[in-house]
Amino acid sequence: MTTRLAIDIGGTFTDLVLDVDGEQFPEKLLTTHQDPTEAVLNGTLRLLEQCSVRAGDVALVLHGTTLATNAIIERKGAKTALLTTSGHRDVLEMAYENRFEQYDVNIERPQPLIPRKLRIPVVERIGAGGNVLKPLEEESVLQAAELLRQHEIESVAVGFLHSYANDEHEIRVGEILQDQLPNCSICLSSQVCPEIREYERFSTTVANAYVLPTMSHYLHLLEVRLKEIGCAAPCFMMTSGGGLTTLRTAARFPIRLVESGPAGGAILAARKAKELGSDRVLSFDMGGTTAKICLIDDMNPQLSRSFEVDRRYRFKKGSGLPVRIPVIEMVEIGAGGGSIASKDVVGRTTVGPESAGSDPGPACYGLGGKLPTVTDADVVLGRLDAAEFAGGQMSLDSAQAEKAIENQFGQSGTEVSELATVIAEVVDENMALAARGHAAEWGKAIEGRTMVAYGGAAPIHAARLLEKLRLDRVVVPKDAGVGSALGFLTAPISYEVVKSLYMKLSRFNVQLVKRSLLELEQEAMEVVSEATSNVLEVSVSVLMRYAGQGYEIVVSVDQSDLSKENLLASFERSYLNLYHRLIPNSDVEIMSWTLRVSTPLPDVDLIENPPLNKTPTQSSRAQTMVFGNESLSAKVVSRNRLNPGDRLSGPALVTEPHTTTVVPIKFTLTVNAQGDLILEKQS
Amino acid sequence: MKSALTDLQFQLAWNRLLAIVEEQAQVLMRTAFSTVVREAGDLSAGVFDTKGQMLAQAVTGTPGHVNAMARAVGNFLVVHPLGKLKEGDVLLTNDPWLATGHLNDFTVVTPVFQRNRPVALFASTSHIADVGGRGFGPDANEVFEEGLRVPITHLFKKGDLNQTLMELVKANVRDPVIAEGDLYSLTTCNQSGSTQLLETMEEFGLDSLSDLGSSILQLSKSAMEQEISKLPNSTYRHSMTVDGYDEPVEIQCALTINAKDILIDFSGSSGISDFGINVPLPYTEAYASFGVRCLVGNEIPNNAGSLETIRVTAPEHCILNAKPPCAVSARHALGQMLPDVVIACLGEALNGEVPAEGASCIWNPVFMSVNTPNVNAPSEQFVINPIFNGGTGARINRDGLSTTAFPSGVRTTPTEVNEVTAPLIFWEREFLQDSGGEGEYQGGAGQRIQIEHAHGAPFAISKMFDRVNHPARGKDGGQPGSRGRVYLRGGEQFRGKGKEKIPGGEILVLETPGGGGSGSPTQRNPEMVSRDVKNGLISKTEASRIYGYTSQD
Repeated sequence: MTTRLAIDIGGTFTDLVLDVDGEQFPEKLLTTHQDPTEAVLNGTLRLLEQCSVRAGDVALVLHGTTLATNAIIERKGAKTALLTTSGHRDVLEMAYENRFEQYDVNIERPQPLIPRKLRIPVVERIGAGGNVLKPLEEESVLQAAELLRQHEIESVAVGFLHSYANDEHEIRVGEILQDQLPNCSICLSSQVCPEIREYERFSTTVANAYVLPTMSHYLHLLEVRLKEIGCAAPCFMMTSGGGLTTLRTAARFPIRLVESGPAGGAILAARKAKELGSDRVLSFDMGGTTAKICLIDDMNPQLSRSFEVDRRYRFKKGSGLPVRIPVIEMVEIGAGGGSIASKDVVGRTTVGPESAGSDPGPACYGLGGKLPTVTDADVVLGRLDAAEFAGGQMSLDSAQAEKAIENQFGQSGTEVSELATVIAEVVDENMALAARGHAAEWGKAIEGRTMVAYGGAAPIHAARLLEKLRLDRVVVPKDAGVGSALGFLTAPISYEVVKSLYMKLSRFNVQLVKRSLLELEQEAMEVVSEATSNVLEVSVSVLMRYAGQGYEIVVSVDQSDLSKENLLASFERSYLNLYHRLIPNSDVEIMSWTLRVSTPLPDVDLIENPPLNKTPTQSSRAQTMVFGNESLSAKVVSRNRLNPGDRLSGPALVTEPHTTTVVPIKFTLTVNAQGDLILEKQS
Repeated sequence: MKSALTDLQFQLAWNRLLAIVEEQAQVLMRTAFSTVVREAGDLSAGVFDTKGQMLAQAVTGTPGHVNAMARAVGNFLVVHPLGKLKEGDVLLTNDPWLATGHLNDFTVVTPVFQRNRPVALFASTSHIADVGGRGFGPDANEVFEEGLRVPITHLFKKGDLNQTLMELVKANVRDPVIAEGDLYSLTTCNQSGSTQLLETMEEFGLDSLSDLGSSILQLSKSAMEQEISKLPNSTYRHSMTVDGYDEPVEIQCALTINAKDILIDFSGSSGISDFGINVPLPYTEAYASFGVRCLVGNEIPNNAGSLETIRVTAPEHCILNAKPPCAVSARHALGQMLPDVVIACLGEALNGEVPAEGASCIWNPVFMSVNTPNVNAPSEQFVINPIFNGGTGARINRDGLSTTAFPSGVRTTPTEVNEVTAPLIFWEREFLQDSGGEGEYQGGAGQRIQIEHAHGAPFAISKMFDRVNHPARGKDGGQPGSRGRVYLRGGEQFRGKGKEKIPGGEILVLETPGGGGSGSPTQRNPEMVSRDVKNGLISKTEASRIYGYTSQD
């Protein structure tokens, strides 16, 4: 018997899933911000009791958390300083020297995590080729250390120019600081993010240093607390790249944990689609404030190395702090249940990114919200069970929703349901556009994908989004409310490392590349083999471009067969797929290599369709649902009364505590053997 | 009255057009070779109806292309009427007066066909690093010296490359591979836009863009008119003197707000220059109207309808309406000053709630190798064109932004990338102390950059800088920002424009200008003064002299 525990701490809720021999038991609690371990322990004890399992029987703990992200967003990290190359202390603040919004003269650029007075110059200089232009003056490091003591600094980032090419100065400074300030955390840019482009590298290193003391304290505390209740199982942390890593590595590179929740969701989506025999997935997560869409092929989500934490200005690119970490690439837009609908100066209806949040929340909550939101439109259109919202803890006030919409959009002679349809259509179209743009950006097709919908608002909007993207099938997984934690249970143990190694393909040096890859492999193996004795897979990607271009594309390569010719062929294949046209006569250059060591993907069994139940599904009652010009009477069915093999034709609503699944007319809903809802368009 | 649902279809289709041109611009940026395009976003992309009216344009790094590109497509259609174009045709020009104002900008136009009928055109522009001639810089006396000028002509004919043209371009530029790559990337992005447009038309059941287009233009125009009608009708005047090339240039502006439109007239401004800082009218229009659009109707998308409400004129033979064969290569040095002048005019109409003057003109030196006679040590060939910025002017109730591009929206290039691509060492690149103009709200800081050749060889710099003699002025009692400076650490001072050879072993220093302050310094919050002193952005001496700061240490 194996028992595993998955824990996902989010900004509002802490989700837990106890997996006992493949059977899964969910639990949801409010996050305890003062001491996050409190909710974890309470939930764990409840689940253990419910399943009559002893804490000592738990074999593995899998954990993801947004604590690192929150520390950055709320600027509640450690007191941090940056030691940097003299003459370049403003890299963090000068950033790209641009305005991310062309027509707004009043924007503020993202505030760096470290103010200028704590960005301390050190005399040294490495050149572009890794050569030493100016030796390290250790005296300037000692002076800096004195300053750090004066300011009672808890954590230090060290970022020197070109340290990705030569890390000796950073390493030496690390040693001196260790000696001078033994209680201080130290992060070197050549270890956190050994990639060219100083702003992104320093930004990543500083963010890592900023959250490190909090995170390592928290991780240690969690280990201790779990031991106190008798659970001494090894704990693995979920990373934003979709792999699990050891506590020790997580405590060194906590910045890699930032997007663990969404990563868990994407992994669950991959698995759910696979169970239905589909290798191509569109994962759709829609909550209160934003929607996230991610494309997954053969159970491998699209990975990238760029992410922005804390986008402050309408979720706009450039308004956050860049971090270079392995991350599951997804598009996030300001479209959620709480997104506010309004009219712009040209008279177009806009939805989001402003959100009513949960307080006051949508007008229909009756908590004082006066502005119409997506949820208000959904209520007016009959797409939510107003009487039994949030598992009956709350009833929604449809009259308030109508009033808010009419106040904002009302024109004589127009039905409020028509106005609500416009709001719903605009938000669905926004998501469809985001999905298409994302697919184009990554050279992927949308057609033929299975959609997996989770998060409070996704199952309400999934069917319409499905139509807009011309897909056929959407799955609403069982227990989707704790989807991320479920995803942790199937994530591989993995680790990705990167090295910038600039090289023209025409002067490809196979020996040098092989040597570097070997080093990378050793580094990654060391981390992963600590966690598992499993067989491991190694995958290698190269960041390449035509010589002179500014953006690299990710090219997967076969490590066993490295040659100039093979690399060129792989590059051209990827380039053609993205941009449909090759550039003649141009040399190709290699910027960086990434290497990922991972346990193999789990085998996923196809789920057989259960025989269809003959008896018609019992509906508790009916309510009016509006689609375009039609008002239809829809069955309202509680999900916990559905059994495998049940089938429903739209219009219908399936309700459960944290969401509602809308089954429009011409759609059929089937319950599979796992209890997942499969929604299909009738042909 | 149209029903909410019909209206919805129109709105969704409009949103789709806007998404298509954004994606078109993204493709261009990701496939471009020229540094300023790919790293800095110096490009534009848009979709046009069959009459050549712009329906949607991507919001990219450079307002300088906005009106310029909007007009360009009409010019293409005069030379090649749509009826004569075939599927697979791609047209090209870099004529400064037909497109976006200097030879470096290549505009590519691609007609889109639905079932053999032309339904739209896509246009895109990008800055190609080198077009031959003297190279990018202000030193020429006539456009003929500034490089190759390609009239409106076919780049592709029915899908086949115009080999002669491509060979001609490649034979005339210093980096033929990059030029070729960039022409392909322009073609590629238009192609991507076309494909998506046809899919969208299919989905919405459209066989023409004319109804959709006229609604877009009409609504945008009336929304702009609505915004303009809120402003008090009058004529507002402002002038500004900037460095020019060899003598100061005076910019005179009269901005008239009528009931439904705004007229900007640059009569009285200096005459044409003998050097390459002259501005063709389309570029003047672009930056002048951008100045208005930052403050009036800034949420309304750019298209032929919204652009129509702002009209810009300048007399012939004025430096802001230079005709061929004037030299125009560095036309941005003046063009980017125009928003400051226009904004100051609008200040009167907007109760003074406008920003102060900033550095405004980007500092984009071209660094290049110089040939040395020593055959035993041939110097490494290189050309790079990085972008540095000064501070913006203090804004409405807040400080200006330090080292940030405005009005241009381009990004800077990383020092590490500059050093990998050229044998230069950037010893310093930091905020410049005491550079932001003091005031209740302070202007943004400029920066100091120190550069040396890595191997002790000489190198050259081509300068197109301004605000070296005429700093950004403060507003309502605010102090001016610091002047820009160009000098050798050894002492020699240079002027802001023109090419200079930097001797081997010398260190070149650039100081970008600070932004102007706003309001009296005595009104500044002492906590902000003390914060800036602690961060070293203001020296204690200046802080006590201007703000009456006394050290608490």
